Amino acid sequence: MSDKTLTRMDLSEAVFREVGLSRNESAQLVESVLSHMSDALVRGESVKISSFGTFSVRDKAARVGRNPKTGEEVPISPRRVLTFRPSHLMKDRVAAGNKR
Amino acid sequence: MIRSELIQMIADENPHLFQRDVERIVNTIFEEIIEAMARGDRVELRGFGAFSVKQRDARVGRNPRTGESVDVEEKHVPFFKTGKLLRDRLNGD
Repeated sequence: MSDKTLTRMDLSEAVFREVGLSRNESAQLVESVLSHMSDALVRGESVKISSFGTFSVRDKAARVGRNPKTGEEVPISPRRVLTFRPSHLMKDRVAAGNKR
Repeated sequence: MIRSELIQMIADENPHLFQRDVERIVNTIFEEIIEAMARGDRVELRGFGAFSVKQRDARVGRNPRTGESVDVEEKHVPFFKTGKLLRDRLNGD
């Protein structure tokens, strides 16, 4: 394991290498992909990327939580959460790549 | 939304690009994320979320049908944590 952290910059660099666009335009395209995905999720749609995985939005009901430090009860309001389910292909490649 | 719809949206916004280049661009982004995780790297996309790899320790599992014990090896699984901005946007903030 190399334990590095990649960012948007690394993704735009990959796009730059793959297609003959400028670095600036490559970065903008990475940004558009992320913002279209975010917008769809905010609209409540799920985003299904074949051989990558599925992002879906789930509604969580209100519940009573507890402050673990003070033991105090605090109401937790209903909220929407995002879950990601990796595809089989992603799971297999991640498992194989990290096997020692 | 599915992959082809995402590609179409990007293509519509960028009429100067060939459709096949837009496909390569979108595919490269997802491919790069998988490759990073296969190396054990994290991918942190501020505002959207972060992809990382979690280790699951070896354990003794059970075949649910027969009740038989089976050794399950240590393995690594992909994990996604939603970014703060997106989490807030999902809740209308």
